[in-house]
Amino acid sequence: MTDNDNVLVAAGLRKEFGGLVAVNNVDFAVPRGKVVSLIGPNGAGKTTFFNMLTGVYKPTAGTVTFLGEDVTGKPPHAITARGVGRTFQNIRLFQNMTALENVLVGMHARLKANMFASILRTPGVKREETQARERARELLSFCSLTRPDEAARNLPYGDQRRLEVARALATEPTLLLLDEPTAGMNPGESADFTGFVGRLRDEQKLTVLMIEHDMRVVMGISDRVSVLDYGEKIAEGTPREVQQHERVIEAYLGKAAVEDMKRQGLA
Amino acid sequence: MPGEEIGLRNQLRARWRAQPQERRWAVTVTLQVLLAILFFFMDHALGYATLVIAALLWLRKLSDLQRLVVELVLVAALAYPQPSLAIALAIVFAVFWMPSSYRRWLLPLAALLTAVAYPFFFDRMFTIPVFGPFPDIATGVYMVVFIMMAVGLNMVVGYAGLLDLGYVAFYATGAYTTAWFASLQFPHRTIHFGAIGLFPSNLPGIHITIWLLLPLAGIFTALCGILIGLPTLRLRGDYLAIVTLGFGEILPQVAKNGQSLFGFNLTNGPNGITPLDSPGFGNHLSSWTGGFLPSNYLTCCKAHLLGHAVTSADVFFWTALLLLIFTVFCSIRLRDSRLGRAWVAIREDETAAAAMGIPLMRTKTWAYASGAFFGGLAGAYYAAFKSATFPGDFFFNISVFILCMVILGGMGNIWGVMIGAAFLAYLNQEGLANTGAWINTNIHFFGHHPNIDVPLYASGIYGAIILIVMLFRPEGLLPSRRVAAELHEGVHDEPLYDATHAG
Repeated sequence: MTDNDNVLVAAGLRKEFGGLVAVNNVDFAVPRGKVVSLIGPNGAGKTTFFNMLTGVYKPTAGTVTFLGEDVTGKPPHAITARGVGRTFQNIRLFQNMTALENVLVGMHARLKANMFASILRTPGVKREETQARERARELLSFCSLTRPDEAARNLPYGDQRRLEVARALATEPTLLLLDEPTAGMNPGESADFTGFVGRLRDEQKLTVLMIEHDMRVVMGISDRVSVLDYGEKIAEGTPREVQQHERVIEAYLGKAAVEDMKRQGLA
Repeated sequence: MPGEEIGLRNQLRARWRAQPQERRWAVTVTLQVLLAILFFFMDHALGYATLVIAALLWLRKLSDLQRLVVELVLVAALAYPQPSLAIALAIVFAVFWMPSSYRRWLLPLAALLTAVAYPFFFDRMFTIPVFGPFPDIATGVYMVVFIMMAVGLNMVVGYAGLLDLGYVAFYATGAYTTAWFASLQFPHRTIHFGAIGLFPSNLPGIHITIWLLLPLAGIFTALCGILIGLPTLRLRGDYLAIVTLGFGEILPQVAKNGQSLFGFNLTNGPNGITPLDSPGFGNHLSSWTGGFLPSNYLTCCKAHLLGHAVTSADVFFWTALLLLIFTVFCSIRLRDSRLGRAWVAIREDETAAAAMGIPLMRTKTWAYASGAFFGGLAGAYYAAFKSATFPGDFFFNISVFILCMVILGGMGNIWGVMIGAAFLAYLNQEGLANTGAWINTNIHFFGHHPNIDVPLYASGIYGAIILIVMLFRPEGLLPSRRVAAELHEGVHDEPLYDATHAG
C-alpha cells in the first residue's frame, strides 16, 4: 500500500499526561474510502488518540499526516478546515440552537461571509446564506432528521446522535471520525446506524474512522480494525484476523482466561 | 404535568392550578382590588393605574371577538373627553391585533417614533405615580448612550458568553479619544480638520470634527479591545472575568494619574479634560439647509418645529437616536450572520465549536472588538455631549451598572437589553431622586417624614433589583429563547429516549 492511498497516517504517536503514558508510539494509517474501527478496553487511549488526530491535544512525540500534509499540533479548527470532521463520545451538540443552526455552525469553515459584508448583507452573503440553509436541510434529511427547527436539546437521543453526524458532515470532511457513535443505542438503532455508516462510505465516498465498543457494529461494517491496549497498538487487520488474535482476546478477557481456553483447546 | 414538582415555586404553582377556575378568579379579583385600595391610599393615581393594569390582564382572558368589542367601547368612551388618549389606546390595541410577523417590526418602530417625538410632548405629560414627572431630554441622551453601551456589551456577554467586567475601559477610551482630538488639551499643536462651527476658528489645540471622531473613536477602541483581548481571551469563564476586571481598573487609574506621563500631560489627571468641541455642521451647511442642520449643537437652536422651540439637548438626543439605530442594526445583522452563529456556538461549547472549524481566538476577538467599537462610540458621543471627561466617570461601578442592564433586560435579547438599560439609566439619572422625594413627602412613620437620600443607596438598590431578577426571572425581563432554555434546564427533563423511536 502506497502513501497515496492513505488519507491519514500517524507515525510514532505518543502522548504523556505527567508520568502517565496514554498513547505509546502508535503507527497507524487510514486507507481511503474504507471504514476503520479502533477498539480496545476502557482506558486504552482511544479517545486520547482521537484527540491528537483532531488537534485537541498536542502529541508528546510523533507526527500526524493528513492528505500528505503534516498537521501535527495544528489547532482543531485548522484540521477541520483541511477535511477532518468528528463527533464526540458524549454528545456535544449546541443544545440550545436548533438542529438547522447546529448544521450551519458546522459549515463555518466552508462559508466566506466576513463581518462587514454580513452587516451590509451584500448579495454575495445573501446567496451564500440561502445556499447554506438549503444544503443544511439536505444534510438533515440525509440523516433522517425531520425537525430542523427543533432545539437540539429537545430531540430524542438517537436523533441527537445523528444530528452530530449531520453537523460533522457539514464541515465537508474527507475523513469522518466517530467516537463511540452507537453508545446508548438499542440493538435496533445500532443496526440502523451500521447501515448508515455503510451509506456514508459507499454513497458519499467518505473515509470513516470510528471508536466502537459494540462488536456487532465493528465486525459488521469495518474494512480494517486496530486494537489499542494500554496505549499500544496490539493488533491490526481485517475483523476476522483481529477476532482470532491472541493478544486481543487476552486484552479483553485477561491472560488467565486465554490459558484456560488453550487448555480446553478452544484457542 | 405528571410526576413530582420540584421546588417551592413549582409546587405552589401546581397547587394553584389544581383549584377550580371560579375560585382562582375570585381570589385574583379580590387581591387586585385590595392592592388597588392599598395603593389608592398611598397615591390616587397609583390606585387607578393598578385597576387599569388589572383590567388589561383580564382583557387577555377574553376571546378575540369579545376583546374587540371591549376595546372599541373603551376607545369610543375616551374619544370625546380625551381624544389623544383614545388615539394612543387605539394604536396600542392595533399593534396587539397585528399578526406577530408584522408586530416584530411594528413594536420597535412605534417605540422609535415615540422616542423621536418625545421632545415635543415630554413636558406636557402627566406625573407618574411615585416616579414623578417624565425624564427630561438631557436624561434621554444619557439613557440612549447607556442603551448603546448595553447593546454593545450584549454582543460580548449575551452572544459570545464572554463575561467582561471591564467594559468601562472601552467607554473611557472612546471618551478620551474625543477629548484629545477636539479640545485645548494639546495647545502646542494647532491642527484643524473639518472642525466646522467652531468659534473662534483659530483656536489652539487639535480640533477634528466630531463626525469623524465618532467612527475613529470606535475603531481606536476596537483596536484597544483586540490588544486587550489577544492575551486574555485564551482564558475561560471566571479567569477571563478577573482579567477584564483588572483592565477595567487599570484604565481609570491611568486617566487619573496621566497628567505627567514621562513629563507629558496626556489626560490632565483628576481635573479631566474640558471643555470639548461640540458637534455641528457649520454656518455653510446650516444656512444651506435653511437652519435644519444646526451650525453648532451647543449654541443651537433658533428653530421652531411644530410650535416647539428646539433646544440644544433635543438635537443631541436625536443624534444619539441615530447612533443607537446604527448600533442596533449592526447588532441584529451580526447576530443573524455566520459570525453570530459562531459566537453562540462558542458560548454553548468551546470544544465542539473548535471541532466544527471555528477559530476560537479570532472569533472571540471579533466579539470583543465589536463590543468595544460600540462602547467607544457611545463614550465618544457622551463626552462630546457633556463637553468633558473626568477619570471619576469611568470606575468599576459603571462596568457593573452596564452589566446589570444586560442581565435585567435579558442576556442575548437585544430588545430586552434595551428596555433594561433604559430603565436603569433612567433610575440612575432621575428616577431614584424622584422616588426619594416621593417617599420623603408621602410616607410617614409615626408622624415623621423619613428623609432618606435615596440616590445614596443606588448600588444597593441595583443589587437588590438584580437579586430579585435572579431569584424570580433569571433569564431577564425579555429573554432570548436560548438563554431562557439554558437557565431552566433543571425544570424540564431532557427526553433521553423517545418511545416512537424505539426500534
